Amino acid sequence: MSQTTPTRAAKSREYDAIVIGGGHNGLVNAAYLAKAGLSVLVVERRHLVGGAAITEELYPGFQFTTFSYALSLLRPDIIHELDLVRHGFMPILMPSSFAPMENGDYLLLGPDRDENLKEIMRHSAHDADAMDRYEHDVERVCQLVKPLFDRVPPNLFGKSPEDLADIAWLRSHLGDAPPKVLHDAVRMLTGSAADFLDDYFESDILKGYMASSGIIGTKVGPMSQGSGLVLLYHSLGEHDGQFGAWAFHKGGNGGFTQVLARAAQAFGVEILLESEVDHVVTRDGRAVGVVLGDGTELSARTVVSAVDPRRTFLELVEPRELPTDLVENINRFRFQGTSAKVNFALDGAPRYPALGDRTDQYRGFTNIGPSMEYLERAFDDAKYGWYSQRPYLDCAVQSMVDPDMAPPGKHVMSCFVQYAPYHLRGSDWDTEREKFGDTVQATLESFFPGFGDLVLHREVVTPLDIERVVGLSEGNIFAGEFFAPQMYFFRPAPGWSQYRTPIDGYYQCGSGTHPGGCVMGAPGKLASGQILADLRKE
Amino acid sequence: MIRTTPFHPRLSELSTTGLWSHWAGYLSAQKYDMSAKHEYFGIRNSAGFFDSSPLYKYWVRGRDAERFLAGVLARDVRTCRPGRAQYTIWCDDAGFLLEDGVVFRYSDNEFMLTAAEPNLGYLRDLVGRLDVEVVDVSQDYGVLAVQGPRSREILARLSPDVAALPYFGHTRTKVGAAAVTVSRTGFTGDLGYEILVPAADALPVLDAVIEAGTPYGLRPFGEQALLMARIEAGLLLVDVDFSSSRYAWTDHDRVTPVELGLRWMLRGIDDPERPFVGRKALRAEIAGGTSRWATVGIVVDWQDWDRVWTQAGLVPPKDETPLDYESMLYDAEGGRVGYATSFMYSPVLQRHIGIARVRPDHGAVGSTVGLEVTVNHQYETVAAQVARLPLFNPERKTA
Ligand SMILES: Cc1cc2nc3c(=O)[nH]c(=O)nc-3n(C[C@H](O)[C@H](O)[C@H](O)COP(=O)(O)OP(=O)(O)OC[C@H]3O[C@@H](n4cnc5c(N)ncnc54)[C@H](O)[C@@H]3O)c2cc1C
Repeated sequence: MSQTTPTRAAKSREYDAIVIGGGHNGLVNAAYLAKAGLSVLVVERRHLVGGAAITEELYPGFQFTTFSYALSLLRPDIIHELDLVRHGFMPILMPSSFAPMENGDYLLLGPDRDENLKEIMRHSAHDADAMDRYEHDVERVCQLVKPLFDRVPPNLFGKSPEDLADIAWLRSHLGDAPPKVLHDAVRMLTGSAADFLDDYFESDILKGYMASSGIIGTKVGPMSQGSGLVLLYHSLGEHDGQFGAWAFHKGGNGGFTQVLARAAQAFGVEILLESEVDHVVTRDGRAVGVVLGDGTELSARTVVSAVDPRRTFLELVEPRELPTDLVENINRFRFQGTSAKVNFALDGAPRYPALGDRTDQYRGFTNIGPSMEYLERAFDDAKYGWYSQRPYLDCAVQSMVDPDMAPPGKHVMSCFVQYAPYHLRGSDWDTEREKFGDTVQATLESFFPGFGDLVLHREVVTPLDIERVVGLSEGNIFAGEFFAPQMYFFRPAPGWSQYRTPIDGYYQCGSGTHPGGCVMGAPGKLASGQILADLRKE
Repeated sequence: MIRTTPFHPRLSELSTTGLWSHWAGYLSAQKYDMSAKHEYFGIRNSAGFFDSSPLYKYWVRGRDAERFLAGVLARDVRTCRPGRAQYTIWCDDAGFLLEDGVVFRYSDNEFMLTAAEPNLGYLRDLVGRLDVEVVDVSQDYGVLAVQGPRSREILARLSPDVAALPYFGHTRTKVGAAAVTVSRTGFTGDLGYEILVPAADALPVLDAVIEAGTPYGLRPFGEQALLMARIEAGLLLVDVDFSSSRYAWTDHDRVTPVELGLRWMLRGIDDPERPFVGRKALRAEIAGGTSRWATVGIVVDWQDWDRVWTQAGLVPPKDETPLDYESMLYDAEGGRVGYATSFMYSPVLQRHIGIARVRPDHGAVGSTVGLEVTVNHQYETVAAQVARLPLFNPERKTA
């Protein structure tokens, strides 16, 4: 099949499948469907694909990962099955993690285990071997949980032979696990990151650094029950067989979604840009196509929603055509986005006084979250409807390892910020946007004196902006909170976790489905398997 | 006492690991950074520099220099114009490979030949009555390889002539006050250059390169990163992918250029005007189809790899460190059909890859061989596909 290029007008009126939304999950889904021989159209509202995973030149010469910025959870089988390497897949693994402290000291972890142990010992001799034990224990939990990640969740409520077989598989998979591993899994899935980490570590900086993975994207503090689940989720990624490894994709996460788009197009997927789907057309309880914002009607036997559950069930179709239970569940599905971004174009690398002129510490994440207490206090503001006055920041200077991101000697710095609750008490984000940016910049200034002088350009991305631009409801970066009652066989709602919907021929494959958000592609891939299986049955 | 190269005073400051190996009698960095993999990423994404000074370097000069080299080297050096270089080999009279190297033609009768091992005696013995002098200038020069997608931009800032250099071209130019030769050559399979600089000027040239390159993410890389890049690039390594026939005890350890996949170098072998060492044997090999091996790339089936490890309760390893031993290859019936001489996990290709020697009837691209791996202290076989070398071949390398 010859490679297609994105268009602004559909070439045909009829497709085997139409995918609504050109985020990475929509692209993955479309690619698998096209690979199986279907004619597939992806309809994307914006002028570029990628959704929350895009790279944009917002300031001349500087490439911004406006929203998502790092890669870890992408399922490795997708890389191979969609032939992504041929289309430019290139993760640049992060060699280090840098965690500045408020007293001017720091924790700098790199690629060498023994060196890391020595660095940890600088803060606590006790925590050095704790690190090894922690990592091993978490890796074993990951090994247990990973097969759940890569399979359609069982339908607990089904009675068909397939459902019963799925449930039996789950029971035997968990039943075969060593008791300690299963117990650790439950401790992580139900408890707080703080409790779990306290069992291993004593040093504040190490705990703050580790606990940060337990709050990303979620309205919990490290001391909240449920942050353990977020911590585990973020440990489930891998690169080159290394669990929990993170990378910057060449050209940012937008570089990655461009690779995906090329791969999808090589399988014959047609991509329609700057076209919003207004609604899904149904006839006799069956999806038969979509109507675009300009009134164009396109028909397809299969329609896949790659947007979040609120839009999938309450906006793209008539909730009145759905079971009441489902509508209620989606209405109470929690979004409540609490993350923001502040992206900078910098005249040079920030200076960390204790490291003098060194800049190699910025080759991976720079984590501003020096203790669990710091993180929890940042959360306190959010509980009462305000953004953190001393926010948690996950910073990435991608241009340190990828010169394509900024002009020589200059840098881009992506700062992921928490907490920034979607609902502000007594104000709104359009009013607060730049004040919030100032708060973030002031925090950076306190760790990197002179930071402000380096700033050539600043781009503040509030939860409202995430909602407006990407379409993620309430700006929730994962298309729905990572709360236990919204995960696995409950994502997005009990009985509807297998990518189907009550409307025949209408499917869901966005991050609001299992396993959930992050640039991982699993929802898109798993949904394609269900769709193709249903088509074979028809 | 181990020697140091002219770049060493600066390189030793850059080393954060203190890990050096001995290469041809010189200290050579294994890695500057805690992780060789990140030095490798530097080569593939921005640029890196490597100290190649320990290579042996010979001036071959005189009225008959071309005629001499045409008779020594298996690849026809007469097709190499001044300003160009050739990757080349030389064989013994049985047609077995002795060594490989790069020959740079400076003018009609002036060449420089680089080699991994000393060859002065061998070369001089073959001069006979020709008007040629062979001079060992190994110690007179430093060689700095600058490799990676940004290498052109970096070097062009120091010496604009570099921008126009074609693949395997070279030019005499200046870096600062130093007279150097910059060639578009290297051992990484990427866009890249090598700077030949008189030893006395080595440090200022290195400093200039570092200064020009730092804004582009230039960093030093050591042998470990180089050896990863070269497998992806399908570049053969003496004592790993082949051994010199001269020092082999049996023909099992000898290999001909045809068997090594270098048949393309023998273009024009039938030209009676160019007798060269090994020509007769090589023509007989080609005519008789008597080659014992084909050299190919292998790419492991990722699902099969994951399967054998996962079934054993292990996490499938994806280690970019090349194996330092051979891995056997089998056909579907379990018969031995060859062996991988180099093997690694390639981060760029996201696959386990290798350079292998297989029986010619198993050398077809796309055919399957079984690669032996040890899992839980037991032999297992995983499927691998035969592929064309080089396995990684970005457009920028030659563009
Ligand atoms: C600020 C931020 C930072 C993040 N950081 C990371 C990170 O570093 N690493 C990581 O792994 N994950 C990160 N995430 C999460 C991750 O990016 C998302 O979970 C993931 O990209 C969502 O992908 P998706 O395909 O499911 O949906 P989306 O990316 O939301 O794509 C949905 C697409 O649908 C389009 N669309 C919506 N409605 C319509 C319509 N009616 N018609 C047509 N098109 C429509 C939208 O324009 C959009 O392109 C981050 C997210 C955000 C917001």
